[in-house]
Amino acid sequence: MHHRLALCSPAEQAFGMSEKPCFDEMWGRDAQIRAPYQNFFDWFDQEDPKRLRAKNREAEELFRLTGITFNVYGRSEAEERLIPFDIIPRIISGSEWAKLSRGIEQRVRAINAFLHDIYHTQEILKAGRIPREMISQNEAFLPKMIGVDVPGGVYTHIVGIDLVCTGPGEFYVLEDNARTPSGVSYMLENRETMLQMFPELFSKNRVQSVQQYPIDLRRSLAACAPRMAEGDPTVAVLTPGIYNSAYFEHAFLADQMGVELVEGHDLRVIDGRVAMRTIHGYKPIDVLYRRVDDDFLDPLNFNPESQLGVPGIMDVYRAGGITIANAPGTGISDDKAIYSYMPEIVEFYTGERPLLQNVPTWRCSEPDSLAYVLDNLEDLVVKEVHGSGGYGMLIGPTATKKDIAAFRKKLKARPKNYIAQPTLSLSTVPIFAKAGLTPRHVDLRPYVLVSPDGIKITPGGLTRVALKKGSLVVNSSQGGGTKDTWVLEE
Amino acid sequence: MLGKTANGLYWMYRYMERAENTARLIETGQRIALTRLNQSDDEWKSIMQSADCFAGFQAEHDEITRDVAVDWMLRSKDNPSSIISSVNAARQNARLVRTAITGDVWEAVNSAYMVLKKALARKVSERDLPRVLRLIRHHAALVRGVTHGTMLRNDIYDFARLGTFLERADNTARILDVKYYVLLPSARAVGTSLDNVQWESILRSVSARGGFRMEYGAGGGPREIADFLILDKRMPRSLAFCVSKLCHNLDYLGDEDDTGAPSRERVGALRSGLLSKSIEDIFDYGLHEFLQKTLEELSGISGQIEQDFRFYA
Repeated sequence: MHHRLALCSPAEQAFGMSEKPCFDEMWGRDAQIRAPYQNFFDWFDQEDPKRLRAKNREAEELFRLTGITFNVYGRSEAEERLIPFDIIPRIISGSEWAKLSRGIEQRVRAINAFLHDIYHTQEILKAGRIPREMISQNEAFLPKMIGVDVPGGVYTHIVGIDLVCTGPGEFYVLEDNARTPSGVSYMLENRETMLQMFPELFSKNRVQSVQQYPIDLRRSLAACAPRMAEGDPTVAVLTPGIYNSAYFEHAFLADQMGVELVEGHDLRVIDGRVAMRTIHGYKPIDVLYRRVDDDFLDPLNFNPESQLGVPGIMDVYRAGGITIANAPGTGISDDKAIYSYMPEIVEFYTGERPLLQNVPTWRCSEPDSLAYVLDNLEDLVVKEVHGSGGYGMLIGPTATKKDIAAFRKKLKARPKNYIAQPTLSLSTVPIFAKAGLTPRHVDLRPYVLVSPDGIKITPGGLTRVALKKGSLVVNSSQGGGTKDTWVLEE
Repeated sequence: MLGKTANGLYWMYRYMERAENTARLIETGQRIALTRLNQSDDEWKSIMQSADCFAGFQAEHDEITRDVAVDWMLRSKDNPSSIISSVNAARQNARLVRTAITGDVWEAVNSAYMVLKKALARKVSERDLPRVLRLIRHHAALVRGVTHGTMLRNDIYDFARLGTFLERADNTARILDVKYYVLLPSARAVGTSLDNVQWESILRSVSARGGFRMEYGAGGGPREIADFLILDKRMPRSLAFCVSKLCHNLDYLGDEDDTGAPSRERVGALRSGLLSKSIEDIFDYGLHEFLQKTLEELSGISGQIEQDFRFYA
């Protein structure tokens, strides 16, 4: 079998900062199979593409049957879509991963220290490392959290760090997700699917397991139970309901952890505890893994219109009656404006140089930066400070003149709302397309669990892939797919 | 268990049972139509009454024809009891209680939904009807089978069973009530072949023909049919059988504490009422009146279960 790999087209190269062709993680820059992929490639080369294509369809049926679907916002209720799955794994060597995970751990430690500081004595502001208004005027800052001592000292029980790769071992953090990172069910189901479809691959390659994640998650959450919890802590997952785009994941995680999946209307504050309505009456919950945003968590304390939360839960929380994971107010640490200060944050709290790099970022709130960004819109990616899901951003190199002009207006009107970054030359990993292997851009979201006992990082994470040729947008809501992510044993 | 989960389980199994019952009713209707003893489409009216969807049909259609009636029961989204609506609702509830059911049960419900959605995407031709109805029964049986084979026997299972048997009792009582007049002693005198077809059709619509023949051979008339479907404790779709099951499952749920006491009391009363009666007593009381009262009580019990186990509040 001959599988040809087209190198990046000139158009794709033009997106990059550099003149170098973008780096393919399987083929490198010089069309030599890189070591972590060698075993896989030998297998792939011997396979009949017809059989693989049949397997690809089989995978899709498997996903539909297990119901691994997501609902699309703004569509009819019944619309359930599959996130396309690509059978070519993304492979990371053990040593590369070891290096990467040290950087992730350092960053997550710093994020928690930062959150504790910001909601207590604010040393970092006193030291002048971050301008005071970055916090005081930030909508993600939650005054109700000031002075609250969170159980176990943990703010971000679950973190997803979005990374991109630009060359061998060159990773950049694109974004921290410290509120309610999603997608972990795909990491688990992608592996499950690969194991079922290609068991032989896993006897040829020593791939580090990911299946312990749900148990680790439950242990990690239980370890953060409030002091008044008695015996084995009661953990529950709070979902906005079956019409939420990530409902499948909420149900999946509750199921895998063996805990209840609750909605706001199942819960009530009784005698200073948050309790769930069981068939035998109300039963207190110790740890609530909520997949509901801060704003909707408590109509008495936040958005009064919310039907998704529990009236009074914030008061119970502040009195130490329940653990909310992640803690309310963590958004201040993954805010895109704060992102640009992450190198300072890491240094300030760990006393070490950051192991993971940030993407250079211009804060449009600063006049010099704004001027530069306005002059170079064609080459930059401009993002909303509070946006997510790839909406409301400008990708300069692919945007039309009209788009750029419209965006320029928005930017000038509210410069504080935006940051800008260069378009990095993102790495690619081949996907299995009709014509054989074809490179597509990828990112990586490893999942990190934080408890008083320490930090646990599941080897690998979720690889998202932009299925459209040349596209840099990997979000599932905009046509992205996923891959199984392998970290090899050393 | 959460009250919401109990609610979801109860309704998931009610809807699965309903889909299966409706399929069986359509099969019966089709069969009567094929015997050609009855030229009019009147039979479809009583079939729809049995499936409790005639009022809705009347609101939408002026005339009853086979095609429209079958389509209404099979695939109308305006009919909340149509097979497609029932399977949809069963799956929606299964999604809600995904953490309570096993992966096998979820996959069985989900695949029932996917297969039937496809099979019912277009109008089903008369030629295709038997195959489609068989498909529905097979998928319902699959869900029942994996439930039996993979679920723990705990409170989750109890609510699944409550939903199943409440729906089934309701269905049997309704089938009998729509046809009660052909079972009355006064009708016995008529003894035409038409009556034989009617009796057969009642037995078929609850899958009881085989069991009945095993028990009564070639004999047995309306009295025996009524006795078989109301009082026979071995017949899995009889009122006595279903109500006994409701009793047992409510008893298991009461092991821990007093929760569910009012439901247990009501079901217990219904059961002893059934056990103490002979079929003659029921005829003397009035078959129609008896069935109406039973239907009312079943609906009352359903409401009581909802309340006792905090389904909504």
